[in-house]
Amino acid sequence: MSIFTGTDTICALSTPAGMGAIAVIRISGPEAFPLCSRIFTPAEKDLDLASAPSHTIHFGRIGSKNDLLDEVLVSIFRAPRSYTGEDVIEISCHGSTYIQQKVLELILSEGARMAKPGEFTLRAFMNGKFDLSQAEAVADLIISHSRSSHDLALKQMRGGFSEKIRELRQKLVDFTSLIELELDFSEENVEFASRQDLTTLLNQLESEIKQLIDSFTIGNVIKNGIPVAIIGKPNVGKSTLLNAILNEEKAIVSEIAGTTRDAIEDTIVIGGYSFRFIDTAGLRAARDKIESIGIERTWEKINQASIILYVFDSSLSSFDDVMDSASEFRELISNTPKRLILVGNKMDQLVELPHGFKDFVEYETIFVSAKRKENIHLLAESLVNAIKIDGLSDNTIVSNARHLDALKHALEAIEAIHDGLKAHISPDLLTVEIRQALYHLGSITGEITTEEILGNIFGKFCIGK
Amino acid sequence: MSWKKKYDIIVVGAGHAGCEAASAAANLGSSVLLITMNMMTMAQMSCNPSIGGIAKGQIVREIDALGGFTGIITDKTTIQFRMLNKSKGPAMWSPRAQNDRIRFSEDWRLQLENTKNIDFWQDNVTSITTLNQKVAGVNTSLGMEFSAKAVILTNGTFLNGIIHIGENHFGGGRIGEKASVGLTENLISLGFDSGRMKTGTPVRVDGRSLNFSKMVEQKGDEQPQCFSFLDKAEPKKQKSCYLTHTNSEVHDILRKGFDKSPLFTGRISGRGPRYCPSIEDKIDRFAGKDKHQLFIEPEGWNTVEYYVNGFSSSLPEEIQFEALEKVPGFENARFFRPGYAIEYDYFPPFQLNFTLETKVIENLYFAGQINGTTGYEEAAGQGIMAGINAHLKIIGKQPLILSRSQAYIGVLIDDLITKGTEEPYRMFTSRAEYRILLRQDNADLRLTPLSYELGLASKGRMDKVREKYEKINRIIEQLKLEGVTPEEINPVLYSQNTPGILQKTKISAILLRPQISIFDLIHGIPAFSIFLDNLGEISEEELEGAEIAVKYENYIEKEHEIVGKLARFEDIQLHPDFNYTELKSLSFEAREKLTKIKPGTIGQASRISGVSPADISALVVYIGR
Repeated sequence: MSIFTGTDTICALSTPAGMGAIAVIRISGPEAFPLCSRIFTPAEKDLDLASAPSHTIHFGRIGSKNDLLDEVLVSIFRAPRSYTGEDVIEISCHGSTYIQQKVLELILSEGARMAKPGEFTLRAFMNGKFDLSQAEAVADLIISHSRSSHDLALKQMRGGFSEKIRELRQKLVDFTSLIELELDFSEENVEFASRQDLTTLLNQLESEIKQLIDSFTIGNVIKNGIPVAIIGKPNVGKSTLLNAILNEEKAIVSEIAGTTRDAIEDTIVIGGYSFRFIDTAGLRAARDKIESIGIERTWEKINQASIILYVFDSSLSSFDDVMDSASEFRELISNTPKRLILVGNKMDQLVELPHGFKDFVEYETIFVSAKRKENIHLLAESLVNAIKIDGLSDNTIVSNARHLDALKHALEAIEAIHDGLKAHISPDLLTVEIRQALYHLGSITGEITTEEILGNIFGKFCIGK
Repeated sequence: MSWKKKYDIIVVGAGHAGCEAASAAANLGSSVLLITMNMMTMAQMSCNPSIGGIAKGQIVREIDALGGFTGIITDKTTIQFRMLNKSKGPAMWSPRAQNDRIRFSEDWRLQLENTKNIDFWQDNVTSITTLNQKVAGVNTSLGMEFSAKAVILTNGTFLNGIIHIGENHFGGGRIGEKASVGLTENLISLGFDSGRMKTGTPVRVDGRSLNFSKMVEQKGDEQPQCFSFLDKAEPKKQKSCYLTHTNSEVHDILRKGFDKSPLFTGRISGRGPRYCPSIEDKIDRFAGKDKHQLFIEPEGWNTVEYYVNGFSSSLPEEIQFEALEKVPGFENARFFRPGYAIEYDYFPPFQLNFTLETKVIENLYFAGQINGTTGYEEAAGQGIMAGINAHLKIIGKQPLILSRSQAYIGVLIDDLITKGTEEPYRMFTSRAEYRILLRQDNADLRLTPLSYELGLASKGRMDKVREKYEKINRIIEQLKLEGVTPEEINPVLYSQNTPGILQKTKISAILLRPQISIFDLIHGIPAFSIFLDNLGEISEEELEGAEIAVKYENYIEKEHEIVGKLARFEDIQLHPDFNYTELKSLSFEAREKLTKIKPGTIGQASRISGVSPADISALVVYIGR
C-alpha cells in the first residue's frame, strides 16, 4: 500500500535543518487554511485566515490554547497561485530547532501529514506548475532525497535504537503470522497461539512503541545536538580540546534542558548545526571497580555518538600505535555506522607533521594544538563536513517528525488491535488494523510483505496436509 | 491434414482451466474447439477429490457468480460439504466439498457436450502456428492443422512432465498418461521463457482394507450448503472422511528411503510448494514433530478408492507402503497406486497481460498451471477469465479485468503478472488486501452484474442477485431504523453473556456486539420477527448478508476508502514500450523490474517488489500525467 500523492494536507520544514535566524514551515492542501486557523491567533482582531486575501502576511502567535509556542508570520497563498498549486500556508517562526520541531508536531496533531521527500515539488508538478522539461530534474530530486532520508532514518537512531526498531518489526511480523495462521491454515495440524500469548506480545509491542515515541517526542538529535564523543587514552588532552573548541567558536554554549548536567557534556552550534560533545573517561584497562564503571559509561557514550573524535598525543605516539588502537577501536564499534576522525593533539611539540597520516585515507586525520588553539577551525570544518557527507543534517527534523508520525499511527493501530482482542472481534477484522500497523511501521523499517509473513509461517509451522 | 472448419477459439487442454475457458467462450458465442489428449479424463481431479477450502472456496463462488460451472458441477457431485472457518468471521467463511471424482469428470464432460458451439478433438498439440506475431492455429501429433483466431493453452502438468517414484522416473503428465512433448520447445523458439516446477500427490488405497474404527470420523456439516448462487442442490446424504496420524515408527521407515528420494538426491530440480510438502519433507524439516495428521478421503459414492491426504511422497513405493502399514487403521491396507512427484514446464507469468494474453504472441492466452499456479480453483479462475477475454478480443470489445478489490481472481492474476512466482502459487486470504470486501457471500454482488453485461451470466442469475440484495437492504434499513427496549432485549443479552441496555437502543447497535447474531434478534424482538415474516420468504443467506453488512460496516467503509485512494493510480496507463532504462532517476532494481514486467498502470508498477514509492513518484512526474 503506498499513497504517493493525494488530496490530503501535508507539511514540512522548508528551510534547511538546523538552527538559523528564522525557519519556514510550509503546509499545503485543502485543509491548510482551516488547520492553521486552529493553531494561529492573529494580532489583527478581526482577521479570519479562511477569508484573508491571497499573498498577504499576518503577524500573530502560534500554539495550542494553553501553550503558546512562538510569535510568527503567516503567509497566505491561495490555490492555484502557490508553489504547489494548492492552498498553501507558510509559517515563519524563530529558528530554534526546538521551536521548529514543536510547531511541526502541532501541525501534525491537527491532522496534516509529513510530506514525503519531494512531495511539494511533486504536487507542484501534478498541478501543472512545471513544464515537462523540468520533469527529469524533479524526478532526480525526489529519488535522491528519498535515498538519503532512508539511510538517515537508521543513522539517526542512536545507540540501540535501530536495533530496537528491527526487533519491533520482527515482533509485529510474528504477531501477524500467528493471526494469519489461524485464518488461512485453520485446517492444519498446528497449534494456534493462545489469546493470552497474543495479548502479551501486543503489550510488548505497545510498550516498546510508546518508549520510542517518548524518545522521539522532542527529537533527541535536534534537541541535544548531534552527539560527538571525544575519546582517547588518558592525558592526551581531551578536556583541553573540548575547551578549545568551545572557546574557538565563541558560540552559544547551552545546557541540556531537563537533563542532569553532566560536567562533561556541552552543546555548541557550529556552522548552524548543534553538536553535543561528550568528553569521556580515558580508555584503558580498569584498575578498580569505580574506574570500570566509568569505562563502561564511556562505551555507552561511544555507542550513542554519531561522530567520534579519537584523540592521541602526536608527540608520543608512533604511527603504528595510533593505527593499531584506532583499528582495534573501529572493530569494537563496527556494528553501528559512525564517522571516526583522528585528532593528533600537541602538534606544537612536533618539528614537522608526520607524513604517513596524510597518505592514510581510511580515517580523516587532523593535527591540532588544543593548548595553543591551533587548527581548531579545521576540526570545526571537518565536523560540519562529516555531517554533510553522512546526511546527518539533511532534513533531520523532517525525518524525525515523519518517524514520529509513523510510530504514532502504528501505535493507534496496535491499540485498536488490543481493543479488538478484548472485545473478541473476529480475527478477520483484527487484521484490518494489523495491516495498518504493518503499513506504518513498514514506512520506517522497510515494507512488510505478505510473502514475508507467509515465509515466516512456513518456516515455523508444519503446513500442508 | 488441414481441418476445414475455422474456429474462433481453440482451447488446448480440458482440465479445470480448459473446461471453464471453453465453456465461457462458447457461451459468449465463440465457436470453440477443445483439444485434449484424453477425453476420458476431462476435468480430472488429479490430486484431492475435493473442491474449495480457505480462499479457494471464495474463488469457486466467484467463478459461479461470473457464470462458470465449477460450482454447479461441484454441487452436483458433492459427497460431503463443510463451511470452514465458521468461527473466524464472515470474511473467512470458506466452503469446501468432497467430491465424487468420476462423476465430477463425467458431469463436466456432459456439460460441455451440451454446450452449443463446442467441438472436441482428442490429440496432442505440438506447436502453435503464427502469422506476424499473431496466433493462427495449432498443429498436433496426428498431423492435424487447426486454425483459429485465438488459442488458449491450459496444459497443466503435461508439458515435458516427468514422474518420480523413488529412483524410477519416466515421462508422464499424470500417472498412467503420456506427457506432452514439443510444445515447450516451440514456444521457446517463439521467444518465451520457460521454467520448471514440481508438485506431488499421495498414495491411493482400497477402503475395504482399512480399519476405520481406529480413526476419528469427520462428518460433513449438518446443514450442507452449496457453491452455486443458482438453484440450490444441497446433498441429501453425505460420506465421512477419517482422521488418523503417523507416528515415529512410520517416520523411521520413511527415513530409510531418503537416500533414494528424488527430492533429497537432487534429481528433482523444480521448485515445489512450501505449503504442500511431501511427507518426507515434513519429517525432514520438522524433525521434532513425532506425528503428522492424515485425512482419509473417499473418492466417490460407489468406489472403494480412498485418498490419503497428507501422505504425498516420491519415495520408493515399497517404502511408502511399508510405512503406511504402521499407521493406525492401515495395518492390512491394500494399495491401488503409490504417491509420486511430478516435474513439469511452466511459463513465468510476467510474460502475460492482465487478460492472460501473452505479450509475445497476440491472441495467445495461457491459463492454469502453465502459469505456475496450483489448485483446481486457481486454474478454473484463470480459465474463465482467459475464455472471456479471448472472446472479447476477437469481437473487438474491451477486456474484462478484475481488480484486487473486486475479486480473489483479480488478486490471483495481478500477483502472477506483477510479482511472479517462484513456487506453485496457491491462493491465501492473506494475499488479498481487501479481505473484508472479498467474501464468499457477496461474490454474486461483486461479479454477476459485470458478467451479465457481457452476456455470460443469465438474466435469471442477475434477477436472483437483484432480489437477494433488495431484501437484504430492506432488512438493513429496518435494523438501523427501529429501536428495542431493555425489557425486550436484555434477557437475550444476558443469555449471551453481554451486558444489558438501560434505554431504548437501535437494533443495529445491538447487532454490533460480537456475541449477538441476527438470529438472537429474531428470537428476542417480536416486532422484528413480524417484519421479516411480512417480507416474504427469506433465506438464511439473506439474513446473514444483512448481519454482515451491519456488523462489518465500519471495516467495509475503511477498505472502500483505501480502494478509492489507490484507484487513481490504477487509471494512469503506462505504455508497454516505455524505456525505463533511460530514466536514470529510477533505482537500478526498479529499472530492471519495470523493463521485465512492463506494468500496464502506475498502480501495477507500485506493487512490484523492488519498486519504491519514490520510484513511483519519479515515474508519475516523468510521464507527466
